[in-house]
Amino acid sequence: MRARRISGIVRPRGWTTTALRGLLFAVLGLFCLYYLVPLIVMVSTSLKSLDEIREGTLLSLPQSVTVDAWVKAWDAACVGVRCDGLKPFMWNSIAMAVPAVLLSTALGAVNGYALTKWRFPGADWIFALMLFGAFIPFQVILLPMARTLGLLGLAGTVPGLILVHTVYGLAFTTLFFRNFFIGVSDGILQAARIDGAGFFRIFAGIVLPMSVPAIVVTVIWQFTQIWNDFLFGVAFTVGDSNPVTVALNNVVNTSTGVKEYNVDMAAAILAGLPTMLVYVVAGAWFVRGLSAGAVKG
Amino acid sequence: MASGITLSGVFKRFGATEVIKGIDLAIEPGEFVVLVGPSGCGKSTLLNLVAGLETLTSGDIRIGAQVVNDVPPRDRDIAMVFQSYALYPTKSVRQNITFGMQTRHVPRDRQEAALDEFSRLLQIDGLLDRKPGQLSGGQRQRVAMGRALVRQPEVFLFDEPLSNLDAKLRIEMRTEIKKLHQRLGKTVVYVTHDQIEAMTLASRIAVMDNGHIRQFAQPHEIYEDPVDLFVAGFMGSPPMNMLPGKLARDGTARAVAVEGNGAPPILFPLPGRLAARLDEPDGHEVVLGLRPEAIFAAGTELPGPDRFVFERTVGVVEPTGPDTMLVFAIGPVEAIARVRPGDAPDPGTAFSFEVDMTKAKLFDAASGLALGARTGGR
Repeated sequence: MRARRISGIVRPRGWTTTALRGLLFAVLGLFCLYYLVPLIVMVSTSLKSLDEIREGTLLSLPQSVTVDAWVKAWDAACVGVRCDGLKPFMWNSIAMAVPAVLLSTALGAVNGYALTKWRFPGADWIFALMLFGAFIPFQVILLPMARTLGLLGLAGTVPGLILVHTVYGLAFTTLFFRNFFIGVSDGILQAARIDGAGFFRIFAGIVLPMSVPAIVVTVIWQFTQIWNDFLFGVAFTVGDSNPVTVALNNVVNTSTGVKEYNVDMAAAILAGLPTMLVYVVAGAWFVRGLSAGAVKG
Repeated sequence: MASGITLSGVFKRFGATEVIKGIDLAIEPGEFVVLVGPSGCGKSTLLNLVAGLETLTSGDIRIGAQVVNDVPPRDRDIAMVFQSYALYPTKSVRQNITFGMQTRHVPRDRQEAALDEFSRLLQIDGLLDRKPGQLSGGQRQRVAMGRALVRQPEVFLFDEPLSNLDAKLRIEMRTEIKKLHQRLGKTVVYVTHDQIEAMTLASRIAVMDNGHIRQFAQPHEIYEDPVDLFVAGFMGSPPMNMLPGKLARDGTARAVAVEGNGAPPILFPLPGRLAARLDEPDGHEVVLGLRPEAIFAAGTELPGPDRFVFERTVGVVEPTGPDTMLVFAIGPVEAIARVRPGDAPDPGTAFSFEVDMTKAKLFDAASGLALGARTGGR
């Protein structure tokens, strides 16, 4: 699955071409800066002491590097009345995101497989309705969902949040897997059926191992969505069961005492770190999955 | 003991489209039957019906004595080879071949024995740990065959298995499939659009068109006694020359008059045996079918009965190696003659063609059915 080499294609030469290329790189450089400056400011601020922040400018680099702010953000910052830092809420987010990602991805895979390879009357309608779910603004379902969680006895708990994310992730995960499986040859499934395998045997033994790129894309997408979610977190959890996004908001918005910009910055980076990590680890797969099927390997 | 396959009154509809329009076919145990026809004629659908990958609309399919209409593919005692090979891409060759036995819980030692026997037979025993992506087209085809063979079913179904191979490999594999059939003696149903594959492999050929079987007979009979213009035109390469004409008399003998473009008609004398079986009156519109090999350079073959010589200007000369094709205009159509390379003239020159009229076929122009056929048609 190597990309076709395009570096050897003959290009016109001349000063206009050179100038245009120079312009291209200048614009690209500007955009890079535009995206990187906030990160640089955040990292450098988080490594300064409060005094330094008060004396220096926003863009000046830290004179004496200190990780105090990071330690405080992790361990001791006050979230509301509790002063244990982000740590407990980080665990909340992990306990919520990991099962929700796995569940929604697994169910999406089965859905996509059934919708494309075990066609039944009305399959297209069901898919259209599921797709509709991807376009519903989440604010619309806040009240009915709160009522449902209440009836199920899951209101204000991490399992309740897992359920919400799994249900609302299904639209996207089903879409991803359906679009991947539609490119899988029906002949393979026919062969497997003649070989005597049934619905789940074919799914687990043949289809799932083929869909690693789709799984990776879906996991990254779902993890980013669920980890970064604020609305469901703030609506359906209380205090101790808050995910880290809600806790971060509470850290930053604490109105008592001095504003600790360095702690806020460190906390924000900490809260965003897991998604970044997932991108770095699985980034290569992400790109590959997005272009999977574009060219026959 | 292999099982036969019996189809009676088989219909298949997809929504409003009727794809299989009433097919009756009795395939003997151990027979190699080729379903051949143009694309869209329903041959692959018919094979899928036998495999159980499609559901019958009406009719009955029997494998052996059992009616299998409602039997799922896994319980039909069949194995199938697909055009796209349909190998499992994430499994090794070994796993591809044994997957069917695993799902059927065949004991491990019997799996190993079967794998060993058939991978050696197909010369893929050195490739067992590779993935399908690391194999060439011919090797993939062998693995697909191995997967079908290890099951040791009573019936093999082949769906255009050689279509994706290059010409040389296709001929090799064709021979191997024939050898395998001779060795194993199982019933085979083989779908192809390639009439040469059909001729070389089949013990009987079913020529299909538009959801019907036009003719079901042994290869030489399909070739020598096609029941109608469709079968005649489909089988043979280059195709049979079809000259439109009218029944006429040459003296007292019967003949076919083929009109030239303004030129006086050519009278092709009909052999006595064919003429004797004709009931149609003079002036009846017919199509005279002459295969390219029945037209050759005058005087180059040993003399025989019912020869007829005429002269035409050669339009195009197409050497193929063993033979050279001469294209020339006759009446409203272009005809092809097959001559020896040494006899080929330059294009644009006049040339004497000799026709072996004992090999001529005659069809009714209106119905397309063979006239005076020995087997009496359908």
